Amino acid sequence: MSTLTNKSTNKSENTENDFDKIEKRALISKRIRLTITYIFLSIWAIVVLFPFYWMILTSIKSYSSYNSEHMPKFYASDPTLKNYADAFSAVPLAKYFLNTLVFTLVTTALMMVVIILAAFAFSRLSFKGKNLLFAFFLALMMIPNELVVITNFVTITNMDLRNTFTGLILPSVTSVFYIYLLKENFEAIPENLYKAAKVDGTSDLKYLVKVMLPISQPTIVTIIILKVIECWNSYVWPRLITDDENYYLVSNGIQEIRENGFGRENIPAMMAAVVVISVPLIILFLIFHKKIMNGVSRGGTKG
Amino acid sequence: MKVVLEHLTKKFPNRNKKIKEDVIAVNDFNFEIPDGKLIGLLGPSGCGKSTMLNLISGLETPTEGKIFFGEDDVTKLPPENRGIGLVFQNYALYPHLTVEKNIMFPLENLKGDKKLTKEEMKKKALETAKLVQIDAYMERKPAELSGGQQQRVAIARALVKLPKVLLLDEPLSNLDARLRLQTREEIRRIQRETKITTIFVTHDQEEAMSISDMIVVMKDGLFQQMGKPQEVYNEPVNLFVAKFLGTPPINVFKAKIKKEKLYIGEAEICDAKNLSDRDVFAGIRPEGVILNPKGRLTCKLDRVEVMGRDTSVVCTNDHATNDILRFIIPAENKIDEDDKTVSFDIKPSKLHVFDAKTEEVIKL
Amino acid sequence: MKKNNLKAWLYLLPAILFLGVFMVYPLIDVLVYSFEEGYNFASQEYFGTGIYNYSYVLHDTYFLQALKNTLILVIITVPLSTGIALLISLALNSIKPLKNFFQTVYFLPYVTNTLAVGLVFMVLFKKTAYSEGLINLLINALGFSSVDFIDGPYWAKMLVTCIYTIWIVMPFKILILTSALASVDEQYYKAAKVDGTSRGRIFFKITLPMISPMIFYLVITGFIGAFKAYSDEVALFGTDLNAAGMNTMVGYVYDMLYGDSGGYPSYASAAALILFSIVFTITIINLLISKNKVHY
Repeated sequence: MSTLTNKSTNKSENTENDFDKIEKRALISKRIRLTITYIFLSIWAIVVLFPFYWMILTSIKSYSSYNSEHMPKFYASDPTLKNYADAFSAVPLAKYFLNTLVFTLVTTALMMVVIILAAFAFSRLSFKGKNLLFAFFLALMMIPNELVVITNFVTITNMDLRNTFTGLILPSVTSVFYIYLLKENFEAIPENLYKAAKVDGTSDLKYLVKVMLPISQPTIVTIIILKVIECWNSYVWPRLITDDENYYLVSNGIQEIRENGFGRENIPAMMAAVVVISVPLIILFLIFHKKIMNGVSRGGTKG
Repeated sequence: MKVVLEHLTKKFPNRNKKIKEDVIAVNDFNFEIPDGKLIGLLGPSGCGKSTMLNLISGLETPTEGKIFFGEDDVTKLPPENRGIGLVFQNYALYPHLTVEKNIMFPLENLKGDKKLTKEEMKKKALETAKLVQIDAYMERKPAELSGGQQQRVAIARALVKLPKVLLLDEPLSNLDARLRLQTREEIRRIQRETKITTIFVTHDQEEAMSISDMIVVMKDGLFQQMGKPQEVYNEPVNLFVAKFLGTPPINVFKAKIKKEKLYIGEAEICDAKNLSDRDVFAGIRPEGVILNPKGRLTCKLDRVEVMGRDTSVVCTNDHATNDILRFIIPAENKIDEDDKTVSFDIKPSKLHVFDAKTEEVIKL
Repeated sequence: MKKNNLKAWLYLLPAILFLGVFMVYPLIDVLVYSFEEGYNFASQEYFGTGIYNYSYVLHDTYFLQALKNTLILVIITVPLSTGIALLISLALNSIKPLKNFFQTVYFLPYVTNTLAVGLVFMVLFKKTAYSEGLINLLINALGFSSVDFIDGPYWAKMLVTCIYTIWIVMPFKILILTSALASVDEQYYKAAKVDGTSRGRIFFKITLPMISPMIFYLVITGFIGAFKAYSDEVALFGTDLNAAGMNTMVGYVYDMLYGDSGGYPSYASAAALILFSIVFTITIINLLISKNKVHY
């Protein structure tokens, strides 16, 4: 009997020791794994951030010091804002900026009206052919922009709308995807709210403005931000439709600067321009990064 | 304002598109709701109660038939012109508006000479909020209120325009048991104070019976019976109504009328004067028996549950359509649980006989 | 509820109008264009109908170059970016402190102007008379001789294009994969751990099957996106992509439409339709594979 107890105590001591070893080993391997993970993540963060760092750094180096650095320095020895002044005076950057602002605001505003009305009709009104029409809309989502751009270019040219804001704006004031997104959102609002409003004599339009829009505000804000990003970065359509500098957007402007502005070698001034046109979106992102990331993961794609 | 329904019918196209036949949600409804009463519209789920409410409110237009408010034909009138208040099961409060704004919302839609100034609206909203005792929470948003409080706001919003008819669609079913009792008393009180004709839709017979002046029972879109709750309970016109009202439910047996006598199995229960031989259902309310060892109805005893002032006798009978039978007797009556059987006399007023085919009541 | 046909159509009118003019009509029109031979943009006349435009495009060396470039780009960037994104997402999902910070940083390229940041990449990779460029200095430091990535050999230009493309598409993929990983029920992992399942087995037997629908979604959208590559190349090599030998199919379409070789909507249409049919076919193949492979 006594031997048996002895044995078992021995055994438990042994296992205790084993447990200690296992615990220690697990802890060490966990630490190593974590360290490697953080190093890996930091490297990627550097890869992402480095271009931004480099563009800001270059933009505050003076032209002469930039060109004298055969070995580029990772800091600016005599930081200057002269490049920014150049960016605004040597090329019409302010003009590009203003154009883009007008284009972005008007396009986004018009699109919001168009898609809100359409989403409301699809979600709350019943009419003949609704399902068929909606299926047709969904089918349009699969059509790549590249396919329709050709005719749109011809249409706008024939309407004599090249080098006008109208021509720039009109083709992008609808988005089937956003109609779809908003419709889903509207449909999530309990139908009883609509009934309650009907009983109170609320008109459809008033219901839309006073009830549906405030309730769907998060989605609407997300759509607005995504559309603003899209407008701010749009390049292909503006390039096709404008060849007058007075109507260039920032993307075309940057391309123009690259090919003809400053002289090809004034990299610091070029980088200053790049910083200037990147800053508004980066600020927008810093404020709304949660909303933007949420909106994108709900089905947005770039472009 | 009395509400009159004449041949009211509503058909929907079948959801399954292969079936051409329409679904009849409300079938040829006729009845009159007297002014200033609280009516419980009662039936199992899917019987067309909500459709009925939508028809009265004007959210749906009837396929056939007419609706009158007082003497006015309102059948084709849009909901906003009918002067109704509607309260939904899930309250349908506007989540982004405060309690006060929610209550004021209907007032903001008034046009022409009915238009109110901001102060008048606020005053009215406050008055109504006081009536439903929610005035302490005017600045809160619906999400910050309990279910019962949200329900009061919904009622206030429906009442603020002083509707001629108040419609309540399952107003208590989202509340927990304790709140449900409390809120139903509240609805009763508000209805008494305002004297607004109120229609209260529910599938819970106890709820309807406890607060309604009158109840209307419907099934599969068809009108079954209307009357004071106790009348309908005591004199059900058919087997469905008898089964639907009362907890515990009525005990139903397959029975026969033979030579002017009613039999359950071999047991002769009572006389059935001037009635021809036929198969019937005999329903006995749980409280409709008196314990008597020599009683005419004998059942196999399963168990006895003593609950304070009542004793519940659970038993079975080969001729019963219920799996188990449940009778309620005063607690003074002692039953030996080891007994194999139990026998009862039956109170004639608690016995209801229905034709086996039509399920209509047969007067003994 | 009552039918309110007129009102509904009124609400839909703007959307229908814009979609009709700028989407449905062009869709039909592009087909028509692509079969009209010898279409003259100025006089808006054409000689006849047929498949000449297609055969012209398919024999155009610029188109073939663009096709080759696009295919290389697709084949390299899609698997690579998805793989790296998966690694990063897995790493992100295994940490707690700084997770949000890293996530936010990684998403930054999504909101930047492709053209603008492209210029920075160009500066980093370019070899000029004054400077070798930062990347070349790095290569020198490792003991290799420098290469002009922007105006130099084809493989170097292709390399920098791939690098930039991956940098640009990464935010979207990381975001989608991290949320997919986060939505896998913790209980599966707990159950597996209790059973002593190894990390590799957990990844291949639990994680991967669970997020496979999202991976396929990313592969499909990745293919579609890579086939439409254009502005990244413009940012790196300038608008005259044909001269740089780095044109893409979309670039070819636009150049045909307008630009240096400009004004041939018929050729542009034919090229666009060829592009679309390639993308369409690959998407269908992808979907068919995913039907067999995805366990959800």
